[in-house]
Amino acid sequence: MIASDLSAFECVVPATVEEALRQRAETPGLSPIAGGTEVMVLLNEAKLQGRKFQSLHRLAAEWRYVRPALDGGLLVGALATYTDLRHLDHVSKHHPLLVEAARATGALQIQNRATIAGNIVNGSPAADTVPALMVYDARLRLVRSGGERIVPLSEFYTGYRKSVLAPDELLAEIILPPADFISQYYRKVGTRAAQAISKVVLAAARRGPDVRLAWGSVAATTVRTRRTEQAIAGGATADEACEALRAEIKPLDDIRSTGAYRMGVACNLLREFMVGATT
Amino acid sequence: MTSAAPPYRYVGHSVLRREGADKVTGRAIYIDDRATPGCLHAKTLRSTIPAGRIRAIHFPPHIPWHEFTIADARDLAENVVALILDDQPVFCDGIVRHLHEPILVLAHPDHGKAEEAVRAIRVDYDEEPGVFDIGPGPVMKSYRIDHGEIDAAFAESDVVLEGTYQTGAQEHVYIEPNGFIAEWKNGVATLRGSLQCPYYVHKAVMRALGLPAEKVNVIQETTGGGFGGKEDFPSVLGIHAALLARKSGKTIRLMYNRNEDMASSTKRHPSRSLIRTGCTRDGKLLALDFEFLIDGGAYSTLSAVVLSRGILHGSGPYRWKAARLVGHCHFTNSPPYGAFRGFGAPQSQFAIELHLSRLADQLGIDPAELRRRNFLHRGDVLPTGQILAEDPNLEAMLDRALDISDYHEKRKKPRGGGSGVGVSATLHGTGFTGNGEVYLASKVAVEARADGKATILVASTEIGQGTETIFSQMVAEALGIPIGDVVFHRPETDRVPNSGPTVASRTCSVVGRLVQRAAEQLRDRLSGASIADHVRRHGVAREEAVYTPPPGLVWNEDSYRGSAYGAYSWAIMVAETTVDPVTRAPKVEAIWNTTDVGTIINPVLAIGQMEGGIAQAVGWATCEQVVLRKGAMANGQMTNYIIPTSADAPSIVVEFMENPYAEGAYGSKGVGELPMDGPASAIVAAINHAADAGLAHIPATPEDLLS
Amino acid sequence: MIHTPIQFSLNGEKRSVAAHPMEPLLDVLRRECGATGTKYGCGEGECGACSVIINGELAMSCMIPACQAADATIETIEGLARDGELHPVQQAFLETGGAQCGICTPGMVLAAVQYIRHPERSPGGAAEALEGNLCRCTGYSAIFRAVELARSRMESA
Repeated sequence: MIASDLSAFECVVPATVEEALRQRAETPGLSPIAGGTEVMVLLNEAKLQGRKFQSLHRLAAEWRYVRPALDGGLLVGALATYTDLRHLDHVSKHHPLLVEAARATGALQIQNRATIAGNIVNGSPAADTVPALMVYDARLRLVRSGGERIVPLSEFYTGYRKSVLAPDELLAEIILPPADFISQYYRKVGTRAAQAISKVVLAAARRGPDVRLAWGSVAATTVRTRRTEQAIAGGATADEACEALRAEIKPLDDIRSTGAYRMGVACNLLREFMVGATT
Repeated sequence: MTSAAPPYRYVGHSVLRREGADKVTGRAIYIDDRATPGCLHAKTLRSTIPAGRIRAIHFPPHIPWHEFTIADARDLAENVVALILDDQPVFCDGIVRHLHEPILVLAHPDHGKAEEAVRAIRVDYDEEPGVFDIGPGPVMKSYRIDHGEIDAAFAESDVVLEGTYQTGAQEHVYIEPNGFIAEWKNGVATLRGSLQCPYYVHKAVMRALGLPAEKVNVIQETTGGGFGGKEDFPSVLGIHAALLARKSGKTIRLMYNRNEDMASSTKRHPSRSLIRTGCTRDGKLLALDFEFLIDGGAYSTLSAVVLSRGILHGSGPYRWKAARLVGHCHFTNSPPYGAFRGFGAPQSQFAIELHLSRLADQLGIDPAELRRRNFLHRGDVLPTGQILAEDPNLEAMLDRALDISDYHEKRKKPRGGGSGVGVSATLHGTGFTGNGEVYLASKVAVEARADGKATILVASTEIGQGTETIFSQMVAEALGIPIGDVVFHRPETDRVPNSGPTVASRTCSVVGRLVQRAAEQLRDRLSGASIADHVRRHGVAREEAVYTPPPGLVWNEDSYRGSAYGAYSWAIMVAETTVDPVTRAPKVEAIWNTTDVGTIINPVLAIGQMEGGIAQAVGWATCEQVVLRKGAMANGQMTNYIIPTSADAPSIVVEFMENPYAEGAYGSKGVGELPMDGPASAIVAAINHAADAGLAHIPATPEDLLS
Repeated sequence: MIHTPIQFSLNGEKRSVAAHPMEPLLDVLRRECGATGTKYGCGEGECGACSVIINGELAMSCMIPACQAADATIETIEGLARDGELHPVQQAFLETGGAQCGICTPGMVLAAVQYIRHPERSPGGAAEALEGNLCRCTGYSAIFRAVELARSRMESA
């Protein structure tokens, strides 16, 4: 029932990371596909031009893991799925917002296949895990044939669905420093209780003067509202914090909701966070 | 003839769904499951403007068009989708009247190539301004009901209240999209499809292709949901597929993907109701002035009947001293709206029920109490002049619903406190309106076979509601044979008589009554012998039954007066809703329903109808929003058109109070559509309580409540 | 592009099909394997009618490209009933009215089976376990009753 003409598409299946990176160096324009929960929808609806895909599934042996880092942080392999994240004790203990974000995404079937890396690289401002990763100051290990670099998630996006990821690079690993917060908060406001694209997402955390607010679906990319963070750290009331927020984000109308609703609910989410996070 | 619970072996019992084992094992064959080796895949080219003229159609040279079969209006005997007024063309006749209007169809052995080809064709248009609101466009149809002296009734009223109420379109979202397979062999078109009404498709294909009746055979495949969305719309696919089959000589597969189905298929009519009521200070209803407007889209299709059903139910289950109900359906440049469970009655009853809840608040009377003071009783006169022959016993139903829902405690919750409760009372006429059943002249047959089994021959389709099972129960009961010896023949027009469409809450009660009669006739003919013995001695036996109207049921279509329906089903709904303080999202926590649909033939199936209909009404009231751009659905994806998931489902409690109807099969009345009529108004009343709001439209969304 | 041979186990049987590597597993199952019990409902990963159990996990087959099913162990609705006997979940769906039109039923039954096998994966209970399977006919009540009925029978068996 796929609407695409498959004869316009090809696919390579590398067996190792090394092979995958070599392919990317040799063949420009290879489209990576991991869990498939984004790409296959577009393919089913004939929304993609003909191209050559590179399926990463065989790299699971090297890249599907979630393990504690030596410094008490977390290392998430690129092919770790949402389900992988949800049921690990050390994740729910130290990085609970990731668990909540994973649980709030789609449904069980999606969580079983979709990867965190895919959620990041896909670049939708409605991505459910990116606000949590941003609050945790995630860093991304980007690899290419013959080298790698670490890019902070906060510097990864350059615009709507645009990032610094080079055509020959792959996201290999997400590195999270230890999360040491007094209060943490994640709430996704969707169109229904499950299988919902978000209207607004807030991931937030606080320890004393360290206040972090990361928002989904209110801008062209997931964003930290640093002026509002500083206002709260400086002792702003909830009303003042909302005022700062209104100056910092300008959400839009779209097919799912209105800018006015998004702004109003964003303020409510901020208030809810602040009520629970007094230090 | 009536139920009153005699010791029935099958009727009244939750006999397992006859085709259920096939469904739970994946063995049931739906249209897309049929293998068609060597077939061509069909695709429809649709307009990309809502109004204007086609100037030119360009077939780009990079596509090998000789590999394709292409058909358009020139290939038709008549460019019409035959239904009622016959104003809808199969293909644009040079003039475009709605977005996604079919222009031509093509077919190719490779599905992907067919898709690419349709995307590649370029059409030049002279676009014209379109009409997208109810009102500016011409009137398609009007109806008017007058009862009593309306001006005098308003004059003697203590309290007069006005209100405007709006309901949005609703998409069916049957989980199985529309699909057809067509073959052309020796001058005969054989069609298989997902559909509710094989004879509708049969008639449409005959007319469009210019074929006599015996040259068209329409076969219903297992159908994955309809809800009215597969009442008339499949005729469009049937014609398209048959045309390509004839032109190519090959088997044609025409399967809509979800996006195409949502964008182009029929939806529930949007409505706007203007209500003015007059009553005494203590809530006795005197005067009702109801203007009911619906958006019919670009072609008439079924809109006149939706309008009719709408105003006939606009007065609700109440006595009015005087009433004036006026309905208008307007043309717009939207794709034609169509049948959806309830068929106008949910729209008009949303309005009157929400209005009465508002009125109650204004009067300082409890909304349930206001209703109780005005319920219909046997002998009361309805606005069309019908004298109600049955006793609805709505007071008892209301009492029970208020009791099981703990309504009065919930009413005490503070307005705007985040939790609220609402109530509604509704009715739904069984079967076609007025002389519709006479006009249909439905016929059924029951045959005795050599192998000792009895075959049911009807055009009524199993679409999940339980047709196959309840008819098998009725026949087994009447013949006194094991239900395993009853065979429900797949509806196909070559083999089954025309028992009318599977719509209008008529299948169980009206068509079932004919099935019961035919089976009883066969029983009498057998005179105690077994089927096998009888057939051995006398050959195959066939008994038929044709619809005759119940005695005394008189309806005048010209004056629009008389008895619109032989029987009514009744329902009380209580809805409890919360509103989240942070997101302002309304959540329907629970619905309690007491209902009378006459004799229950199969409790599990009947409960399934009520629960399923209530769930659809919950969606219609809260999260289902058809976003219209240029008059057509812009959010035609499951991602963006929101129906409830299991995580959203409210708890639903259904209780039946059986009040048998002598003329219905084993005493039954209609059940399929009634559950759609009441929940939305109760839900909005509950939301208004919970949020201290004054919403008067659906869907009632979080965006409406955050301001 | 040449269709490549892809091997997987389907309901315990080894299968080898020639498919385009990007062809959805749903289409491969339905067209190449004749396993039409798994249904197309949306192609967007929203309705769950295409659900299968692959390598022990519930997934939407419309979103799995054929190349990713290589060497996988796949269970579809066809593999559930053993020797003509219905699985307790199937029997329960029949008794409670959990199947009406039946098009969501194969996916819904597999989701229910998976939930009973691994309840720990859905701390929110059946409502969470089935949230990826849309039903338009039942309102879910009869489906929840079926899950409960099957679970209690399987526990006491």
